[in-house]
Amino acid sequence: MDIVVLSGKGGTGKTTVATNLSKVMSYAYVDCDVEEPNGYIFLKPEQSTAMDVTLNNPVIDSDKCVHCHACVTSCEYNALVGLLDKIILFEELCHGCGACQLVCKTDAITEIERPIGEIRISERFAMGMLNLKEPMGGPIITELKKKTNHFNNRIIDAPPGTSCSVVKSVEESDFAILVTEPTTFGLHDLIKAIELIEMMKVPYGVIINRYDGYSFMDEYLEYKDILCLGKIPFSKSAAMLYSEGHLLIEDDSYKTCFVAMKKNLEALLERRSS
Amino acid sequence: MKVVVISGKGGTGKTTLTSAYAALSKSMTVKVDCDVDASNLHLMFPTKVNHTYKFSGAKVIRVDEKKCMGCEKCVDICRFGALTFKDGLIIDDLKCEGCGACRWVCKASALSLHKEITGDIMLEEMEKGFLSRAEMISGQEGSGKLVAAVREQADDIGRMNQLLDGSPGVGCSVIASVTGTDYAVVVTEPTQSGIEDMKRVFELIEHFEVKPFVVINKYDLNHQKTNDVEKLCIEKNIDIIGKIPFDALVKEAINQGLPIIHFKESIAGQAIRESFIVLKERIGV
Repeated sequence: MDIVVLSGKGGTGKTTVATNLSKVMSYAYVDCDVEEPNGYIFLKPEQSTAMDVTLNNPVIDSDKCVHCHACVTSCEYNALVGLLDKIILFEELCHGCGACQLVCKTDAITEIERPIGEIRISERFAMGMLNLKEPMGGPIITELKKKTNHFNNRIIDAPPGTSCSVVKSVEESDFAILVTEPTTFGLHDLIKAIELIEMMKVPYGVIINRYDGYSFMDEYLEYKDILCLGKIPFSKSAAMLYSEGHLLIEDDSYKTCFVAMKKNLEALLERRSS
Repeated sequence: MKVVVISGKGGTGKTTLTSAYAALSKSMTVKVDCDVDASNLHLMFPTKVNHTYKFSGAKVIRVDEKKCMGCEKCVDICRFGALTFKDGLIIDDLKCEGCGACRWVCKASALSLHKEITGDIMLEEMEKGFLSRAEMISGQEGSGKLVAAVREQADDIGRMNQLLDGSPGVGCSVIASVTGTDYAVVVTEPTQSGIEDMKRVFELIEHFEVKPFVVINKYDLNHQKTNDVEKLCIEKNIDIIGKIPFDALVKEAINQGLPIIHFKESIAGQAIRESFIVLKERIGV
């Protein structure tokens, strides 16, 4: 069972929901927010195994290259630039698709593995981290999910936004939790996240974070008949716990709140599977 | 001159700060919303759409079923798992990265790349100046390219000072937002997550030779962590231009669609005004 947590808008509480729920549900936690992974701050994993994630980049053998520039033309990402006497690779633009190698008539292109980030795995915890200055987190997310397939039940913490790295985090998930906050920004971006999740045909429910009473957010969910899995009340004590890197379930009233969400979720997943 | 507001961590207050600066500034007439996944700046201003166009920032593969012979070579060559074969070739558009590698192994020339619309780009007139922004289609590739296009539209308006609202993270859309700007205002919050994410952002913008400033939002929620941010900034020789207290009116302002500086009694609004005066002194506008 894979449950992915996403939000559209950043800072609505994805990591708060994902880390606390993973604890109360005894699910493994997988941090796919590879640009800014923060789950480790709260879950404080024991020592982990680290491994590089690499992308295949072309290397051009200048002795074999006949400067036909077929590789340059074939590259859809403009990662190869052809000069009179050599081909230059802009490695950050390369997606490692291998098209250049396929079109080279003189077999001048081989590949090397270039690290773009790493993943760290411990017993019930895993995270990915994109190297700085690298633009593409997608391959790290794919690799991270592959390498943690042995965790039977996973909570997957997705990055903010609705672009391709969110898609990669959501892919093949059984259920999605959309975390929002009761502001117009929260609603605007929730609608975009719903668009994405409905397109990907993953069943979902919403959690309203920093809840402070009935608002247009509740109205919207009711009007659209969207399942609300729970509401996390706003409090300065919760903000304090979060800021220090503590789980909210260390506070008894928040623990009750997360246990209620767990029960909602489990009942729902039970109904869905039967 | 271009000033970009970024944060690393999401939800630290980029758009709250950007909208306030936009309302305060007389000279930064062009506003650019680089958060194309989740653009919110337009919600804070009455704007009139001047023009809009469809942007194609990615390609996707298409098969001519009449030509396909079912050899499945393309399925094997695809490194993104976008192709499967079951009574015909099935293309997963969300997985296809538009590289076109499959075309080169297709003996029947059944595959071709097609441009895909990745978002709408809008130029909107504001009471003061313009807003260039985009709405990315959910799930699309190439948000970095869409950011670049939004910025190009802003540049086309003319050589005016620009204020850019960035997106969270450090990946392609942030790189596309920061490239070629002069100053970055990094909005952080006194939390362990905020601090860790800020460190990564510092390192990123250093590489792009953009001069950073820091604003600590909700600084009074954890004084110890605010101290940690201050220590880190001193070490890195980065100027803290403002410390904004927690203020429940900020949420109220967002929900009314008004920059916080319009709330005269707001302590956060006051602190943001002061930070803007400091920013103007430092960058000379």
